[in-house]
This record gives sequence, structure tokens and C-alpha cells, in this order.
Amino acid sequence: MTGAEPKVTLDLALEAGLTAEEYDRILSRLGREPTYTELGLFSALWSEHCAYKHSRVFLARLPQTGSHVLQGPGENAGAIDIGDGWAVVFKIESHNHPSFIEPFQGAATGVGGILRDIFTMGARPIAILDSLRFGELDNAKTLQLVNGVVSGISWYGNCFGCPTVGGEIAVAPEYAGNPLVNVMCVGLVRADQIFRARAEGPGNPVFYVGNKTGRDGIHGATMASATFDEHAEERRPTVQVGDPFTEKLLLEACLEVMRTGAVVGIQDMGAAGLACCTSEMPARSGTGMDVELSRVPQRERGMTPYEILLSESQERMLLVAARGREGEVRRVFAKWELDAVEVGRVTEVAELTARLNGEIVANVPLDLLAEAPKYVKPTAEPPGLAERRAFDPLTLPEPDDYGTALLALLESPTIASKEWAFRQYDQQVGINTLILPGSDAAVLRVKGTRRALAVSTDGNGRQVFLDPRQGAAMAVCEAARNVSCSGGEPRGVTDCMNFGSPERPEILWQFAEAIEGIALACRALELPVVGGNVSFYNETSGQPILPTPIIGVVGVLDEVSRRATQWFKGAGHRVALLGPAGVSLGGSEYLWTRHRRLAGRLAPLELETERRVQRAVRAAVSAGLVTAAHDCSEGGVAVALAEGCVTGREPVGCDATLPAGARADLVLFGEGPSRVVVAVEAVRTREFEGLMAESAIPWRWIGTTGGERLVIRVGTEVPVDVEIGQLEHAWRNGFERHLA
Amino acid sequence: MRFGVVVFPGTWSDCDFHYVISEVLHQPVRYVWHRERELGQLDCVVLPGGFSYGDYLRAGAVAGRSPVVEALRDFVAGGGIVLGSCNGFQILCEAGLLPGVLTRNECLQYRCQSSHLVVENVETPFTRGLRLGQVLTMPISHGEGKYHADPETIVRLKQQNLIVFRYAEADGRVTKASNPNGSLDNIAGIVNPEGTVLGMMPHPERASETAMGGTDGLLIFQSLLGSLVEDGSFLKR
Repeated sequence: MTGAEPKVTLDLALEAGLTAEEYDRILSRLGREPTYTELGLFSALWSEHCAYKHSRVFLARLPQTGSHVLQGPGENAGAIDIGDGWAVVFKIESHNHPSFIEPFQGAATGVGGILRDIFTMGARPIAILDSLRFGELDNAKTLQLVNGVVSGISWYGNCFGCPTVGGEIAVAPEYAGNPLVNVMCVGLVRADQIFRARAEGPGNPVFYVGNKTGRDGIHGATMASATFDEHAEERRPTVQVGDPFTEKLLLEACLEVMRTGAVVGIQDMGAAGLACCTSEMPARSGTGMDVELSRVPQRERGMTPYEILLSESQERMLLVAARGREGEVRRVFAKWELDAVEVGRVTEVAELTARLNGEIVANVPLDLLAEAPKYVKPTAEPPGLAERRAFDPLTLPEPDDYGTALLALLESPTIASKEWAFRQYDQQVGINTLILPGSDAAVLRVKGTRRALAVSTDGNGRQVFLDPRQGAAMAVCEAARNVSCSGGEPRGVTDCMNFGSPERPEILWQFAEAIEGIALACRALELPVVGGNVSFYNETSGQPILPTPIIGVVGVLDEVSRRATQWFKGAGHRVALLGPAGVSLGGSEYLWTRHRRLAGRLAPLELETERRVQRAVRAAVSAGLVTAAHDCSEGGVAVALAEGCVTGREPVGCDATLPAGARADLVLFGEGPSRVVVAVEAVRTREFEGLMAESAIPWRWIGTTGGERLVIRVGTEVPVDVEIGQLEHAWRNGFERHLA
Repeated sequence: MRFGVVVFPGTWSDCDFHYVISEVLHQPVRYVWHRERELGQLDCVVLPGGFSYGDYLRAGAVAGRSPVVEALRDFVAGGGIVLGSCNGFQILCEAGLLPGVLTRNECLQYRCQSSHLVVENVETPFTRGLRLGQVLTMPISHGEGKYHADPETIVRLKQQNLIVFRYAEADGRVTKASNPNGSLDNIAGIVNPEGTVLGMMPHPERASETAMGGTDGLLIFQSLLGSLVEDGSFLKR
């Protein structure tokens, strides 16, 4: 073994992020001290980021199977059958830590990483959605983060040529020291042509393809497995640098080489780079791998085996080819002017052997390396949570002027238009996007079929903070409801779990409860979770983020022309509110923007009602009975109505009456699950009423579209009577005014 | 009409043009790889959008010197028709097949949005089916679409009636507010003096089906087809 590397000691192992017990486990299994390179392998592959040490036991609670599931968790991404021989491949991933250190490249490489996860399965990426969370937009640092992240996403996605069609941006002070950058990607593939990250067939050649390896991103996985302090920016060298042009070439080359039939298995070199691929691929297949590191294409001189294995340089893949078909692989990559170098072989023995110029620098059993320890750490409800929940928002004063209160909500950065960001993203390349960003869900056609896909992401950190179980269940319901409002039947879920340090019992409690909530909702809505990502350690100087599970839902429309958008289409349409009456100001956007309070109870969630409401909305959309359908979320029914009026190309007013019986701020701005506003042309009202009667859900007519004002009555009072131009101005400028 | 759609490394509107030409217009079309030097048999070559060669150096700069663009010079000299959209317009300018240059948007950000174009020249094969002053709606998607040229060139463009499209309001008024990228004189598309080479920043292929929100882009293709059928004089070969 090489003599130039440092001698491995317990201290060095601790420095590398391993615990003393973990180091003991390695010692006793190897029967010797690991080499420095081997220590690097364990440090990366046993990091929380790669190994899910603290989360795996909980994640097993999620439903992962279903009749449409072609690939569940454990691969680069999940896959769902959508009919006509097509499958949709999708996944969401976080790039929070790199984006805080270097927002532009951090966000850009977040996009790059998830794109590769999709096309390594053989699918062509057709849509990107970004779920972003930032601190309040009142300081230069946060504005720099917002600008950097949005321009990084724009740069990478636009140059690569995949449209960004959805996502959300929300703002809360808890994200100031830890912004969230979650990126979801959706791809299309023939259902019988899905590729997997496996290293079958001892003797098969192993190819390194794509970009060259440099020293960027070494220890990225380890960085993402620790909290930040005031020296976070010193970690900038651990952030990778992206090259979307090379990624585009890699996409085309990979899809082309897959069509030759010469590919046995393929995996993206993401976190922990070559180390991860050379161990995970054979581990999935019960084989081993023997690689010669000197053959790895390098863009820097004198890289050590440790650096070559752990570099997180972007736009690289490891590919196992069928023996005898090496020429086809080389030819395709040469056409696209990319490296494709045979670096090793698949072996019988379940070991990873890495050599440098023939000399062994690492030799470890894969059942040890690829099977990191699992932990069941203690959980505990955070102190003070019960008191927070017990707070009654109705002890606070009512607003003097409800019109002004509504305008304030519409211009709050979380609710206001995000056009400032979306116009920086290509939304249409591929000519599939039928519903652009700005409605409840984006809708993309599947060319050559009558079908379309509906996609949405959602997650409300305040609700999860106050009640992790129900808040997370509500995130699943809301993302699915958005898909249903567009006319899509939800088929599968991907989740990105953003939390603080799992070593703290109250954070792990939030996590465990949130997983339980997601599992409950997914079971009730018959939605499998086919992949996702856990991002722990989102805290800086001991200040954790709001617990934020982001839920991505993909749905299918069987008839592409039967789709709906959220905005009212003209005057004289009747407006109905579907769903239960129960709402609460607890954890609401209103309570935060007006009173700066994060407290109270959530409105009750009945999953059976949720299921029925969504089914009723889908039935109404697919029967062509509604001209608009919009989920009620942040800001309650008042904001949903205002958005119906002003978010379309031609704003239209509305006159609505809500039942009295509670204080007007609760009626107007209270938030609750399972509620949808729809508009119905006058001539279709009878038919619509018939459908609602069959659906067995609570619902009522609340108003009619038309005019130049939004008038909302509560009983005999008229708390809201605002000109729609004012509403539109508040909504259009609320976010952008901070960034101009 | 036989179409060729050029594919550079980094091109991404190639499939979209191919789809519209074959599935919407039902015309024969093939991809042309950037190393090809032979364009015989084609009537119209499309240079699509994207980031050819990563747009390193300047947008379109490397592609403007590629083998296929060298072949394009002979193709144009022989009367062949060329439509460059987005990156394709940038490439035509970099190659000197059209005058001027496309620089970074004035707002210094990428812009993907719907735009209105007023038609200023209907004496080209691309626009002869349109009315003077007609307003077309189609999206733009670019970071470097600000048209710039020296004053003499601008004067020449105007005198020779080579400005085909300008960014405008929905009613056709050319205003500063309707200019999405700071282009000189709101220029969105120009032709060569022969009228056979059109460069435009907007994406007609994204506005060629009702499902995609509009069919104004299709009018350009239909003009081309009409030119071939009704009056072969635009196809000089």
C-alpha cells in the first residue's frame, strides 16, 4: 500500500466524521487499520448524506409499492407506469448546504445532479421544479442568496435545455442562515427501457464517462452531514462547479449509448463521486469491482487516490458495459467529444479494490462499506410546543380594514407572484408545457399519446413546526390536490425531508412524526413514495430551520384537453367552495404576516374527505364542468378568490358570500385542508350540482364572477370590497419589489 | 419542401423544430450534424435555439465557424433558404451571414416570456403570407438577445427594408416597454438583402400549435411553404 499517505489513527477517523464505535467496527472487520484512502471511503459512504444512518429506520414506514410502481426507492430515481408504454421517472433532491456557501454554483449543481439522476435511468428530462426557502427579504445577504440561487438554476437548466415548469418560493426568518434549494426533475422513458445502477456480470468492463475529475467538491457529502457555524464560507472549496454544456452532451451520449444495447448498468457520480458508484453498483448486484485510478481522466496533476475517489466533480457517470461491446461505447462518446475510459472490471468477489498504477490502495468488503450502521436515536417533543399550540389567535385584535389586510397578504413574498424568478427560466423547451408556472400544477403533454402529466411541489414549514405529523400529511394532500385541480390523477410521490440536526432529540422527533404523517396521507390517497432525499443538519450556529418536508407529486391526465387552470375565465361564472368548513388561523400566513406569530392549532384533517374532494374535482375537470379550479392554501379562501381574479391574463372581479358564524378574519384568512374553489359556467350548474351530490362531499355556491371588484361578504357584513387592479398590483409586485 | 435542422453540441430546439415540421406541417425533415459539409437536396436549413458549443467565448461564436456553417455559405449563395431562431440568429450574425451582433440582455438576466412582434416586411419568403403591421405573438427565451449594430448598418437595414420583426405592444405600437432585451430599434428579426436568410430571436416553433398557446409561429412556416408552391422565384436553385 502507498507509503506517502498519513497513518490512520482514531483521531484521524474522528476528524473524518466517524464515531469511535464506527471506527472499531471497521478495525475489527478488516482485521487491520484502514489505509488513508479506505478511511476516506468510509467517511464518505458512512456519512449521513450517503447512508441515511439516522433516517433509514423511519423511512421504512413509507408506503413504497403500488400497481403502477416500476421502480421504488434505492435506485437513482423512482419510476411509475403512466400507460401507452411510457413511464415517468422522477425524484427531488436538496442542495441546501452548497447553496448557502456559494448560491450560484450550489443551486446550479443541484439542478445538474438531479438531471443526471433522471437520465441515468434512461429517461429524457422534461421538467424541473424548484422548491426554495429563504430568510426574510429585508437584508443584503438574503437578497444575494435569492439572486444567486435563481440565476444558478436559470443558468444550468436553460443551457442544458430542460424547462423549469413549477415549484414554489416561501420566506420565513428561520431559513435566514439555511436557505433550502430542493430541485425535482421529471423524465420520460419507455417503460421497458429503464436502466438501473447495477454492476452485473463479472468480467464486464467498467467505463468512466463524461467530465474530467478535479479537486472540486471533495468532502461534499461530509459537509452536508454537519451543521454550519460562522466559518461556513471557508468551506467554499467543497462546493462543486457545474458545466451544463457538458451535461447536455452527457445526456445525449448516455441516451444514445443506451439505445445500442451495450449498457449493463449506469450510475451518476453524485455525492462521494467515484467511491459511491464503485461500491453501490456492485453492492446492488452482489458483485465486486476492481478499478485502476490512474486511468481516471483528470484535469489536475498529482491527485491522490483519496482525491480521485472522493472528488465530486460534476457531469460524470460510471457505466458497466457488456463485454465485447466496448467499441460501441467508445464510438458514441467520441461522437459527443466526451471521455469514455475503461477503468476496471466487475469481479466475482464482493469487494472494492482500487489501485494506483497497479498497487492496491484500497481493498474493502462491500457488505461492510455499502452497509453503514443504522441508528435509532432518542426522540423528544420540543419543549414549549404544547404552549405554542394552545395559543388562541382569536385573542388578537381584528384588523380595522379587511381590504388592506387582504392586500398585505397578497403582497407577502410567500403568496405574491414569483414571475421575477420564473421569467428567468426557460419554461417551454421541448414544447410539452401546456400549463406554465403560475397555476396550481404544471401540465406537460406526452407527445404521441392523449395523455399528459401534472406536477406540483408543496411544503409548509410553519404547519409542520406546529404539528409535524399533520403538517406533513397536509403537505402530501396539498401537492396532490394541486395535481387534482389541474385534472391529473396523482400517481406517485417523491419527498425531500429538510430538517435540523438529527442528533437532537426534538429534531428527530419532528422528523419521525413528519414521516408518520406522510405515510398516513400517502396510504389514504394510495400514493407510493418512490424516491426522495433526506437533508439533515440544516442549522447554523444552533438555529435550526423550520422542519420542512417538500412533497413532489406526479399525476396523469388521461385526456390532455381535459385540464384546468386556477384563474377565472370571464364574467357570469358561478363560484363554488368545495370541502369542509373547518379552518384555523394557527400557523397561518395571516397570523405571521399580520401578527408575527407562529402559534395555534391546525384545522383538522380528514383524509377520507380529502380523498373525496380530490376525486370530485378531478371528475368535474375531466367532465369539462369547471372553467377554473384552485386549491385554498396560504391566506385562506380570501386569497384563493383574489388569485382566481388576478392571476390570469385578463383579470375579472368576483362577488362572494361566505357564511357568518365566526370572526371575519378566521372566515377569510383561516387555513384548512381539503378545500378547493371552482368556477362553473352558468349553463353547466345543474350538471355540476348533480356531480357534487354523487361525490358525497361538503360544498356550497359562494358567488359569481364579473365586474371590476372583489367583494367578499361574511353574512350581512362586507369586509372586503377592493378594486381588482389594486389586488393585481399587490400580487404582482409583492415579491419583485424586494429584488428590483 | 425538404427541411434540415442543424444539431450542434448544445442545441436544444432541434427536436421542437423537427416535431413541428414533421408532425404539424407534414413536411420531410432530417437532422444535420454540425460536422456535415454537404447540404444538397435541402430547400430550407433551420438553425435552432440552444447553447451551441456551450456558447463559450460569445453566443454563437464557435458555431459560426463550424463546418456546417461553412457549407451554409455555399447553400445561401445558391439560393437556399435559412431560418435561424434564437441561438440560430446569434450564429448567423457571428458567421457574417447577417449584420450586427446579439449581446447580453439589457436587464442582465435571462428572459423567457411571451412577446409581440410587428411585421415590417412582407416581401420575404418567410413573411409573404402576412400583412404589413400584423402582430404575431410568440415566446422569447434568451440571455443574449439585444440586437446591436453600428449606425451605418442600422441605416442600411432600414433603407433596404431588411428589418422583418420588431418587438411591439399587443396593438402593434413599438414602445420601449415592449422591448424585452434592449435591442436597438426594438429589432427582433432581420433578413439578408436577398430575403433568403432570416434571423430572429423569438421561437416560432413554440407557437405552432393551439395546445401550446398559439399558432402565430406556424404562419412563418406556412409562408415558406406558400412561397415554394406559388412562386418558385424565392428558390433560385
